Amino acid sequence: MPDNLLEIRNLHKSYGEVEVLKGVDCSMKQGDVVSIIGSSGSGKTTMLRCINMLEEFQGGSISIDGQEIGYEMVGGQRRRKKEKEIARQRALTGMAFQQFNLFPHMSAVHNVMLGLVKVKKLDRDEARTIALKWLDRVGLLARADHFPGQLSGGQQQRVAIARAIAMNPRLMLFDEVTSALDPELVNEVLQVIKTLAQDGMSMLLVTHEMRFAYEVSNRVIFMNQGLIGEEGNPRDMFHKPQSERLAEFLKTSSFS
Amino acid sequence: MGYTLNFAAVWRSFDDLLLGLALSLALAFGSILIGAVIGLCTAFGLISKNGLIKRPAGVYVSIIRNTPILVLVLFTYFALPQWGLRLGKIESFVFTLALYSGAYLAEVFRAGLLSIPAGLREAGLAIGLTEMQIRTSIIAPLMFRNILPSLGSTIISLFKDTSLAAAIAVPELTFETRKINVETFRVIETWMVASCLYVFTCSILAALMRIVERRLALPR
Repeated sequence: MPDNLLEIRNLHKSYGEVEVLKGVDCSMKQGDVVSIIGSSGSGKTTMLRCINMLEEFQGGSISIDGQEIGYEMVGGQRRRKKEKEIARQRALTGMAFQQFNLFPHMSAVHNVMLGLVKVKKLDRDEARTIALKWLDRVGLLARADHFPGQLSGGQQQRVAIARAIAMNPRLMLFDEVTSALDPELVNEVLQVIKTLAQDGMSMLLVTHEMRFAYEVSNRVIFMNQGLIGEEGNPRDMFHKPQSERLAEFLKTSSFS
Repeated sequence: MGYTLNFAAVWRSFDDLLLGLALSLALAFGSILIGAVIGLCTAFGLISKNGLIKRPAGVYVSIIRNTPILVLVLFTYFALPQWGLRLGKIESFVFTLALYSGAYLAEVFRAGLLSIPAGLREAGLAIGLTEMQIRTSIIAPLMFRNILPSLGSTIISLFKDTSLAAAIAVPELTFETRKINVETFRVIETWMVASCLYVFTCSILAALMRIVERRLALPR
């Protein structure tokens, strides 16, 4: 068993001529809660999306539990793995999106069940039991049969988190999950994430909620222009920033 | 003037008209069903990034859409046998109308596919679904709901196109009407009754589509 749950080495990613990740190194241990902060365009969301291959990357490597994600070397050539294999690897991580992305034609419980039935191949009764258990955990058991259009943004995001975590991923990825929410709905979602963190779920969060990052994470990464600018425990990062850039960023962000 | 309407002759052959109408509906139903499969595959082709898939799909759609359907019907029935593809009248017409509806439905489906937010596909990928599972469980059902209004009018217009089968003597409603007309010389009455049957059937189809639309509407 390798020590690190997540190991990112020298990650490079560009869109055409524009290089957005310029050699990122990062590792996480089981149970770590890591927040990625930084101004928009710094590459934090892109890095998250590379981890589950929603974005292709041109250089470097990502591995989860020692398993190389997305690419393999065949005869000295770097090659994208087969779609089936990539789909299987994606199930190692769960992801919650800024826009929730619930399937609008399925009730809450069916949203959570879909992956359990189609990917984990559980029978429907078993899948339903697991789905209801997770909806209960996010406080939405009573809304199990509601459709996304009948739920508030905060409720939709909690269903989306339940959908991801019901798959029993090794690592949860949260991509600015509160950015599209009305201010009064942010807290219920953060509360759910906090509970998951306390239960020992490993997670990597891209967030603009500085106060939340401070409270929930055991490590914070500051990304700047496609590179990791600074990282450390939240107390040092927020109270004694080493770099000019981070100090500047914290001054303009909501943390106080 | 002195033309007095007399429907007696038409009523005497009314059963033939109804049988013709039944065949018209069967032709439409069979062709649209096959056409929907062709159309769906073509639509995925049209939005594909792979030129080897996208281009043939585009060529197929533009050839079919830029040829009058009557020409296609005659071509399939009279010209293809010269190349050794000999089909019966009904098979030949269903083949043609299926190809024809495939091209029109492909455009309808394509518009429906483009209306689905990319985030849903990503959410599917993120829980480990394959592209095929995403298409069948997420994209197709949503697309189907989105396109129901335009699908309804396409279906009705394809049903009306079955009247062109009369050109190759398929005994559907228009052909039967013409036969009765020739036998009885009740020109106004026969075509009036036939028109009413078409209008009536199309209204029923439209009403059915509205019911489907209402039943599939997502709760909000």
